[in-house]
Amino acid sequence: MFGSLFPRDVLAELDRLQREVQTSFDLSPSIRGLGRGGFPAVNVGGTPQSVEVYAFAPGLDPATLDVNLDRGVLSIAGERKRDLPVPDEKTAIHIHERFDGRFRRVITLPEDADPDSVAAQYRNGLLRITVKRRQAAQPRRIEIQ
Amino acid sequence: MSEARNIAQSKDARASQAALMPPVDVVEDSTGITLFADMPGVSKEKLDLHIEGDTLCIEGEVSLDIPEGMEPSYAEVNLSRYRRVFTLSKELDPAKVSAELSNGVLKLRIPKAEHAQPRRIEVRAG
Repeated sequence: MFGSLFPRDVLAELDRLQREVQTSFDLSPSIRGLGRGGFPAVNVGGTPQSVEVYAFAPGLDPATLDVNLDRGVLSIAGERKRDLPVPDEKTAIHIHERFDGRFRRVITLPEDADPDSVAAQYRNGLLRITVKRRQAAQPRRIEIQ
Repeated sequence: MSEARNIAQSKDARASQAALMPPVDVVEDSTGITLFADMPGVSKEKLDLHIEGDTLCIEGEVSLDIPEGMEPSYAEVNLSRYRRVFTLSKELDPAKVSAELSNGVLKLRIPKAEHAQPRRIEVRAG
């Protein structure tokens, strides 16, 4: 193989292995590629009354965050400014792992999500979006006559 | 400053717990090192920074407001703790570290000790 002509370090190999294992476990990825490793990282949960979205988006100005809900699709977009100085002969960047630049993440919400009652809150770099479910879709106990 | 990869050897009991590794940026200039770490969800009260000898340890606990009865359906962040350890080199002054946390981004400034500041050395014609 060509790969063996250019031996890579062990950590890079482990990284590749980890990605391969992850891909083989994600059996049915969404068409929007809700893949891991994007910015911001997202957790989604639900209660009978609401859908809760947690986006781990540190270092943003909430005023520049763009959260949209269009036909059951929630999108979170914005831009993260670079904190690092422009390198010159006096500065050296040793590690650069943090994301900077424009980002957009899109999440398909369940059908009963109500686009008219959405609340978003940004605290400690965590964006929490609560979308209420429609009344009609909530579970109801039916009285037996 | 180099990263201590032998976390498993630490005697600290908490070190053996699984934790997220926060992404960092490290930049050095002539007077010191600045470190940025992404720790979303960590409040000032839940942030724990400590320096022991030449080891800098950054830890933080994520606080999420989770409504009662929530069922997780998709998660990219599976742990609620951040931890990352760095080894400081000896020209850095651990007594003068300053830190600020804003919107989930930790900014640490570690100045170089006085004797390690750059000096221009005069070359005399002999």
